[in-house]
Amino acid sequence: MGIATPPAVATVEPHSARRAMAPPSRFGDKAFEWLTLAMALAVVVLVVLIGWQLWLGSSLAIKKFGFHFLTTSTWDPVAEQFGALPFIYGTLVSSLIALLIAVPLSIATAAYLTELAPLWIRQPLVSLIEMLAAIPSVILGLWGIFVMIPWLRDYPFPFLKRLFGWTPFFSGPIYGTSMLAGGIIIAIMILPIITSVSREILRSVPNLQREAAYALGATRWEATRIAVLSYAKKGLFGAVILGLGRALGETMAVTMVIGNTPQIAASLFKPGYTLASVLANEFTEATTDIYLQALFEIGLVLFGTTILANLVAQLLLQTMGTTSTTRAVQ
Amino acid sequence: MKSPRFSRKILTIVLLAGVSATASAQMMINGAGATFPYPIYSKWFDEYAKVDPSVRFNYQSIGSGGGQKQILAQTVDFGASDGPMSDDNLAKAPGKLLHIPTVAGADVVAYNLPGNPALKFDADTIAGIFLGQIKKWHDPKIAALSPGVTLPDQEIVVVHRSDGSGTTYIWTDYLSKISPEWKTKVGTNTSVNWPTGIGGKGNEGVAGQIKQTPGAVGYVELIYAVQNKMPYADVKNAAGEFVKPTLESVTAALATADIPDDFRFSMTNAPGKEAYPIAGATWLLVYEQQKDATKGKKLVEFLKWSAKDGEKMAEDLQYAPLPESLQQRVLKRIDEIKM
Repeated sequence: MGIATPPAVATVEPHSARRAMAPPSRFGDKAFEWLTLAMALAVVVLVVLIGWQLWLGSSLAIKKFGFHFLTTSTWDPVAEQFGALPFIYGTLVSSLIALLIAVPLSIATAAYLTELAPLWIRQPLVSLIEMLAAIPSVILGLWGIFVMIPWLRDYPFPFLKRLFGWTPFFSGPIYGTSMLAGGIIIAIMILPIITSVSREILRSVPNLQREAAYALGATRWEATRIAVLSYAKKGLFGAVILGLGRALGETMAVTMVIGNTPQIAASLFKPGYTLASVLANEFTEATTDIYLQALFEIGLVLFGTTILANLVAQLLLQTMGTTSTTRAVQ
Repeated sequence: MKSPRFSRKILTIVLLAGVSATASAQMMINGAGATFPYPIYSKWFDEYAKVDPSVRFNYQSIGSGGGQKQILAQTVDFGASDGPMSDDNLAKAPGKLLHIPTVAGADVVAYNLPGNPALKFDADTIAGIFLGQIKKWHDPKIAALSPGVTLPDQEIVVVHRSDGSGTTYIWTDYLSKISPEWKTKVGTNTSVNWPTGIGGKGNEGVAGQIKQTPGAVGYVELIYAVQNKMPYADVKNAAGEFVKPTLESVTAALATADIPDDFRFSMTNAPGKEAYPIAGATWLLVYEQQKDATKGKKLVEFLKWSAKDGEKMAEDLQYAPLPESLQQRVLKRIDEIKM
């Protein structure tokens, strides 16, 4: 479609030359179009096939437990009673904690890197952050058990308990391994992706924006806030969604610090469990059919949760898009 | 001009080499299953390559569940499992499946207390702690078993495996045998609905959790407790003796456990005086009727070698070998495999 302009040039050329040139180039375009279409479709087909396979694998469990699978909390492989609610809860809450911690940190880092940091420090900092993304999940998990958890248990957690112990969220005994620890380790894991995507987005904000703000007498903070961050709001939201996608599926490191207890507790100091963790934990040793099927259904629920979270995010993005344009008009 | 011809020549050589390699290739025997015996099995495969260079083993330690599934689907030549197969699963087999016990291991009660005193437990205290009924370390039930030890007024933090594992199977099998309440409320499996506690992934996860949490108690494989220099308790056995978990006391348990003819046994709470009560074996799963005669013959040769010579390597790798009496029974069973 973008190649629609050449004919304007071609008309200047002799008639015969145009006829000789045109067919091969059009064939190439067509082939390219089909090829890319096939690639794009392959991704869609893959997603559909995964969903289909998960559905097939869990059909018995779906038939047996029905909707109760999503609303009950007992996970008992011996009695073959399976309910996924604590896992769904754990996945959503740990991801939410992770976003609450990682989003402000990443966006602030990205803003610093693009707007404020002296040039010589930018590249080393960027490499460092990207290196964080290269740490294998298991290593982070082990670090979590041996370093992060004891530290959290001895310093920040008691402090939180003193300050907010009167709320249900920070009450009860402190073991270290907890929903909060799980959220924190996910936050560390999604920080690099949100930061680097946000940085690219902030870098693509036209300089004209900043100059206009300064011309109106804005301070650096005001220019960053109004001209850059607000302008890039939509893109930044996209970066957060990418982070959320990773957070929902994060497995290994979370499994090692979250405590793996299927319960729904208000206190973030209590251990929790996520969908991805129970899959990683129990899939290898599941011997009975219905048990395996229930685990497949957990996979299906995780698949659905991820898609749903993305859909909700898309919708939010759309409503946000309209508000930001209205603000721009004002 | 020269270089393409040269590279073509190399290609030809490589291809020829490849062809000749496949022509003289060793027979490949495939197995899959349990992770717990993986270290000793890979040692066996390595050593056996020196005994019979014409066979190679490919063992995937994908877990007992996977091992059972794959041998049922006949995608492997042998399976491996940390628990005996259930009647339901055996019924799905296209032919008669044999259980061949290889080695055994123990679960130890590891803990983290100030000063790490030597503790003793019995069935009631272990069940009480893991059912969430004994909540504090200075509970009189615990104190009565370890006279002379001052126990702190500290909450007990129970740590268990979160991943499905043979270790958990042994642990819950023991608890089900000694506590009727555990049997009805929780039961025996590779993973269960825990009444209390936090879950750690793998032996290393549980060991780490115990080491990092003051007041923690949990179960790990004997090797892990030894390697991590964790204190672990003596446990009172069915004969009323307090026994330290060692390879010898596990073999003693094997020697006195009631082992049925199909080898689908549980050796927890064995009656022997020297028997450590929380132990379990691991099995290889093979079909009595082998489909491929040459392969079956090689497999039988290997099984015999492992039951005789392989067992001698067990202790170096911290596995308890089978006692002589059981070894003889196993060898007889291997002889029954038909080609």
